[in-house]
Amino acid sequence: MHTQVAIIGGGVGGTVTANRLIKSLHGERRQTVDITIYETKRMHTYQPGWLYVPFSQFRPMTITRPEVRLLHEGIILKSGTEGTVTSLDTNTKTLVTADGISHRYDYLIFATGARNVPEEVAGYAEGSDHFYSEEAARALRAKLDAFEGGVIVTGVSSIPHRCPPAPLEFTFLLDDMLRKQGLREKTEIHYVYPINRVFPIESVAELAAPILEERGIQVHTFFNVDEIHPEKKLVTSLEGEELSYDLLVLTPPHQGSALAKQSGISDADGWIPTDHHTLRVKGYEDANIFAIGDSTDLPVSKSGAAAHFEGIVVAETIADELRGRAPAHTYEGRVVCFLETGRNQASILWFDYKHPPKPPKPSLFWHLDKTALNRFYWEIIPPAIA
Amino acid sequence: MTLPVDREIDARGSHCPGPLMELIRGSKSLADGQTIAVLSADAGSKKDIPIWVEKAGYKLLAVEEQENGVARFVVQKVARKS
Ligand SMILES: Cc1cc2nc3c(=O)[nH]c(=O)nc-3n(C[C@H](O)[C@H](O)[C@H](O)COP(=O)(O)OP(=O)(O)OC[C@H]3O[C@@H](n4cnc5c(N)ncnc54)[C@H](O)[C@@H]3O)c2cc1C
Repeated sequence: MHTQVAIIGGGVGGTVTANRLIKSLHGERRQTVDITIYETKRMHTYQPGWLYVPFSQFRPMTITRPEVRLLHEGIILKSGTEGTVTSLDTNTKTLVTADGISHRYDYLIFATGARNVPEEVAGYAEGSDHFYSEEAARALRAKLDAFEGGVIVTGVSSIPHRCPPAPLEFTFLLDDMLRKQGLREKTEIHYVYPINRVFPIESVAELAAPILEERGIQVHTFFNVDEIHPEKKLVTSLEGEELSYDLLVLTPPHQGSALAKQSGISDADGWIPTDHHTLRVKGYEDANIFAIGDSTDLPVSKSGAAAHFEGIVVAETIADELRGRAPAHTYEGRVVCFLETGRNQASILWFDYKHPPKPPKPSLFWHLDKTALNRFYWEIIPPAIA
Repeated sequence: MTLPVDREIDARGSHCPGPLMELIRGSKSLADGQTIAVLSADAGSKKDIPIWVEKAGYKLLAVEEQENGVARFVVQKVARKS
C-alpha cells in the first residue's frame, strides 16, 4: 500500500512542502508515496501583492496563477469540492472532502493559513476598508482614487494578523501617494496600534517610529479598537479614545482555520498549538500531524517566509522518516521579510527565535530587493529551490 | 495566596505581546467591576501589562509571582467615566 501524505492548503507553505518532498524522495520511494494537496481554490495567490493594489502599483491579474502549474510532476492536486476538507478523524487517520469522499492519510500537514474575521469587531464590515483580500484591495483602490483630502485612520484592529509590517508599509505608501497627488496638505493620517509601540518587535518599532513622526503621521498606541460607528464615521478604543475618519483602513481581525477548530486540534481562535522546532502538532506527536505557516500558534511573524522555511523542515523530516533515518531538520524560527518605508526605500527584518532583527537603515537597495521578490516570487518560492 | 477572579487566562506559552493581547481580548467581555487574571511567563509582560492597565483606567489588584518566572496579573475592569 502506498504511503499517503496529505497536505491541506496549497498556499505558500503547502506548495513548498509538496515540491520539496517529491524532490527529496528518490527512486523507489517516490513510486510508493502519494503526495496530495487538498486546496479549495484553483488559483494560487501571491498575497503580498495586495499591499500595492490600492496604489495601482500592481495589477490584481498578475497576483494569481493556477496552482497546478506550480507543482512538480507526480504531485496530486485536488481542488474545488474535491479539495475542500470538511472534517477530519485523527483516530482512523481519514479526512473527508466536500464531495463526501473519505481519504486515508499516513502523514497530515496543516497548511491552512489564516482568515479574516471582520465580525469580531462591531461595525468593521460596514465601516472599515482593508487590503487583506483581492476584493477589499480593489474596493480600497476605488476609494483612494476618489479621495480628495480629509482624515485617514490606518493601523491594526487586533494581533496576530498576516504580515505584521504591512500596516506600517501601507501607511508609508499612502503618505507617498498623497504627496505625489498634492493631497497630503489636505489630509491627516492617524496610525493606531494595540500595544504601546508601533510594532511588536522593539527594534523594528524603534526604526519605524521616527519615520512616522518625520512624515507627519499621528500615532496612537494602546488603541484597541472597541467599536466602529460607520454612520458617525467614528472609531472608539477600549482605552477610551475616539477618532473621526473619512477613510478607515484597519487590518481585520484574524483567526486560524475553521477546520482545525472544529476538529478540536486548535485553540479557541483556530491557531494550532505547534512544537517550535519539530513542527508537530502538540498532543498528536505520535500521529504524524504537522502544522506550518499562518495556521500555527508559533511566536514568529505570519509570513510567507516562515511558511516557506517551515515547509522545507517538514518535507525533509518526512523524507528522512520514509528513508528510515532519524529526522535531522528542525525549525529555529527563521523569518526574512521586508519593511517598505516609502520614497523607494525599504529595510529588511532577518530574525529567528534567539536573535531579534537588527533592521538596517532604509535604503533603495532593499526596496529593489523587495521589488525583485514581487516579480520573481513564482520562480523562486513555490518551486522550493532554496 | 491566589486571588479568586471571574475569568482566568493561561498565556504561559505565549510571547510578547501575546499575554497582553490575551488580557485585552479577555477583558472586552467582562462587565464593569469584574476581575480577570492572566498567567504570563514572558518578562516583557511586567512592563507592558501595568502600563496598559493604567491607560485603560482599570485596576491592577495584584502581581503574584509564581514558580519558573511565571507571574499572575490580577486586573479589575473599572467603568469609564464619561
Ligand atoms: C497584504 C499582505 C501582504 C503580505 N506581505 C508579505 C511579505 O511581504 N512577505 C511575507 O513573507 N509574507 C507576506 N504576507 C503573508 C503571506 O502571504 C502569508 O503569511 C502566507 O501566504 C502564509 O502561507 P500559508 O501557506 O500558511 O497560508 P496561505 O498561503 O494563506 O494558504 C492557505 C491555503 O489553505 C487553503 N485552505 C484553508 N482551509 C482549507 C480547507 N479546509 N480545505 C482546503 N483548503 C483549505 C486556503 O484556501 C489557502 O489557499 C502578506 C500577506 C498579506 C495579506
